Amino acid sequence: MEKFKVLKTPAVPLPEEDVDTDQIIPARFLKATSREGFGENLFRDWRYDSDGTPKEDFVLNNEKYSGKVLVAGRNFGCGSSREHAAWALYDYGFRAVVSSFFADIFRGNALNNGLLPIQVSDEFLKKMLADIKKKPSTPIKIDLKDQEISLEDGSSETFEINSFKKMCLLKGYDDIDFLLSKMDKIKEFEKQHVEF
Amino acid sequence: MSKTLFDKVWDQHVVEEVEGGLEVLYIDRHLIHEVTSPQAFSGIRNRGVDIHRTDKIVATADHNVPTKNQHLPIKDALSRLQVDALQQNCEDFGIELYGLGHPYQGIVHVIGPELGITKPGMTIVCGDSHTSTHGAFGAIAFGIGTSQVEQVMATQCLLVERPKTMRITINGELGEGIYAKDIILYIISKLGTGGGTGHFVEYAGTAIWGLSMEARMTICNMSIEMGARGGMIAPDETTFEYVKGKEFAPKGKEYEEAVKYWKTLYTDDDAVFDTEYNYRAEDIEPMITYGTNPGAGIKITGTVPKPEEVGNPEGLKKSLEYMGLEAGQSLEGKKIDHVFIGSCTNSRIEDLRIVANYVKGKKKADHVEAMIVPGSRQVQEQAQREGIDTILAEAGFELRQSGCSACLGMNEDKIPKGEYCVSTSNRNFEGRQGPGARTMLVSPLTAATIAIEGKVVDPRKFSLEKVAV
Repeated sequence: MEKFKVLKTPAVPLPEEDVDTDQIIPARFLKATSREGFGENLFRDWRYDSDGTPKEDFVLNNEKYSGKVLVAGRNFGCGSSREHAAWALYDYGFRAVVSSFFADIFRGNALNNGLLPIQVSDEFLKKMLADIKKKPSTPIKIDLKDQEISLEDGSSETFEINSFKKMCLLKGYDDIDFLLSKMDKIKEFEKQHVEF
Repeated sequence: MSKTLFDKVWDQHVVEEVEGGLEVLYIDRHLIHEVTSPQAFSGIRNRGVDIHRTDKIVATADHNVPTKNQHLPIKDALSRLQVDALQQNCEDFGIELYGLGHPYQGIVHVIGPELGITKPGMTIVCGDSHTSTHGAFGAIAFGIGTSQVEQVMATQCLLVERPKTMRITINGELGEGIYAKDIILYIISKLGTGGGTGHFVEYAGTAIWGLSMEARMTICNMSIEMGARGGMIAPDETTFEYVKGKEFAPKGKEYEEAVKYWKTLYTDDDAVFDTEYNYRAEDIEPMITYGTNPGAGIKITGTVPKPEEVGNPEGLKKSLEYMGLEAGQSLEGKKIDHVFIGSCTNSRIEDLRIVANYVKGKKKADHVEAMIVPGSRQVQEQAQREGIDTILAEAGFELRQSGCSACLGMNEDKIPKGEYCVSTSNRNFEGRQGPGARTMLVSPLTAATIAIEGKVVDPRKFSLEKVAV
């Protein structure tokens, strides 16, 4: 996993609520056996017509908007556990997703792939979306070390993240490295664990 | 100290508490399938580590398999590649695979319980959000991402945050023609798709305890649709009886020992939950969804909400546009093009019996395409033994071979753009059953009734005979 560095980037607004992982990456694109290349089909059916023509009204097809942060409505990433959703967002170039509420499995998958889910208040989300609409190039600054997200006008909000997961993101470690260092303890546990 | 059912099972599996409130949780059973495992196997190879406990992994091919002519090579090249990769990976690492053609093949959440792999008090994970199904046995079962599949392969453990607990109690008696699917669609319509997020749910109350194991699985299966990590029901005589004699269940003295332990798995009287909800069984009616998430459910005799009645009017507008429906309209009488009976929610033998019992001697409406996809080879064979296949064929239903099928449209079983499908599956997301497909979620009895009538109807007006199961 790549280390998470301070981000200063414009953002892409997607104010829809309850964006499910079937929209992020439809099931028919889950047939690959590697982790790469899913960005091509990110938001496939919102982004393209059935004949592959880009839909003009979808935000990823609007050249006004770009950047490494996706700003989305409440309950982002609900539904299927497919980690391909996190892979697709990362592969497309996003490094953080901001929302006022995340579905559990998506949040975990994102963290395991160096994609930072940032939960902000409803008010801050609203302000962010309004600022981006007013000035699409407005930079968003994300500092994981200080757990702070700030906007161009200086307004900011701190966000929560598990201290272990934060360390993993900053150092580029993953959970498996950590668990592998616990193997002796796990084997010890197995000796006394009864499974009926 | 008083404990909830969840706490009792969870505490049995904590290897260690680590920094930041995370816990190392031991996993008793790891179920894998072709779609979310290949990248995990690659990860294991790239790290140069072994799979720690191959004896605790069970594999099947379900998401991506055809439901016709399973004896022939899979036509779609990418699907074939993925199914072949699973077989190769299982061979390389020595993992038990119930692949295509195997008598135990089927949807991962159908075969676990029917083979006695799923037992009370266990921790079970799978790279699939509907792993919550297994909670019906009083197990802690939840869906994980592929990085976590790799974690469990490497260490048989997960590094996780302990979820909060929620209890949903439903007391009272269910009316005729009301099934488990109606209960869970009702609950999700009340709590919304994020109402359970961060929580593990225990379902309790007389209306829950009176249900069969199949019905309990339907309820726990859809826990994820309100955002919950999982759902569980305390094991009781119904559970013990179901597990007894299953292929991999403990036998004889071992079974008796197991039951003794399983009987300790219940929530203590004064245990406290983080969140509690109570509903009355008498308030639940046959349900149907009108929108593009499972929280968008109404009673089948009701009307589609108006923008001023919901929290997210923009979302409602967008979903109704997609569904081709109007705010305030009644769904009764709406013409339906397809009926899909299947998925890990409703494809078990009890579901097929309910359908067969109703459609026996009737014919589906001419314009409706009705497809039934059994949850497993064993369900299919049981249906044949009971003559259900003949009843369904005579009613004009197509009985396919087992797999996830049109629930997620990964194989060729897709609903065409713009057409309406009444489905016993779990998700009505945009494009879930195929690009542009319009899905309405219902119970198997409602689906069967709609297949015969060709339009949305209240099943109670047609059949008040409850199926004996």
